[in-house]
Amino acid sequence: MKKAVLDPQGVAVENSLKALGYDQVRSVRVGKYIELTLEAPGREEAAARVEEMSRRLLSNPVIEDFSYTLQEDAV
Amino acid sequence: MKFGVIVFPGSNCDLDSYFLVRDILRQPVEYIYYYEESIKQCDAIILPGGFTYGDYLRSGAIARFSPVMSAVADFADRGGAVLGICNGFQVLTEAGLLPGALYRNDHLQFRCEQVYVRVENNSLPFTRSASLGKVLEIPVAHGDGNYYAPPELLREMKANNQVVFRYTDRDGNVTEGANPNGSVENIAGVCNREGNVVGMMPHPERAGEKILGSKHGLIIFKSIISYFLNREVV
Repeated sequence: MKKAVLDPQGVAVENSLKALGYDQVRSVRVGKYIELTLEAPGREEAAARVEEMSRRLLSNPVIEDFSYTLQEDAV
Repeated sequence: MKFGVIVFPGSNCDLDSYFLVRDILRQPVEYIYYYEESIKQCDAIILPGGFTYGDYLRSGAIARFSPVMSAVADFADRGGAVLGICNGFQVLTEAGLLPGALYRNDHLQFRCEQVYVRVENNSLPFTRSASLGKVLEIPVAHGDGNYYAPPELLREMKANNQVVFRYTDRDGNVTEGANPNGSVENIAGVCNREGNVVGMMPHPERAGEKILGSKHGLIIFKSIISYFLNREVV
């Protein structure tokens, strides 16, 4: 969720953590974690495809940001 | 005129919409399935409520890539009247045919109750029979109805009169208590720039008969019928 967008799940989890006594918690944001395996000739191509998929389907740019890390698997 | 009701896997208000148009309003109506690639001989299209594709990823995110959605976009481009109700509204925002986004209700609960919405723009094909400021009693039933548009977009939308409905109390006052989901500025429905595509979270198709508690939803459908009636005469 973008910083400017209220994250109702994050607030609920934050309140719950505080109820458990974790007073040091300042904020919680709940997001999605997606594991995706794809075939690509190289890192650059893989990054371009992941960027495109993230923009078109995996995230909604109105309310969400995305970031990704790539990890190479031996074929 | 003829209505078309889009059926996606997981739509569940398609039958309600179809029933209302055929049996209450006595107008021609047909189902249009998610895999169809064109829309023929329809004047107004309804994207019904439901849980398309299980609402996986985000509500409406997967449905918006159904083959029929290209046809809906073409239909909207040609000026066709498109109404998205609840999940249909979510599909239209995901598709970029309507501005903003809908996400989890601020209190995290699924809300199923009667609400009041005020007509903020009565110059549209879908609202022309309502007076400006008219308060309608219509039910909502959703978990992801929290409307959001970033401040700049919201300013632009208001300047262009794109806020169509706001949640209010019975007397038409915009209050925090009347907002069932945390939507920014109590927004319950919006339209595109041209005004031919409207999305709303409340269910007008579930407010078409006295036995259902309210007939206020009819005005949306009667508006569109009168719009086409007048156009045909001209």
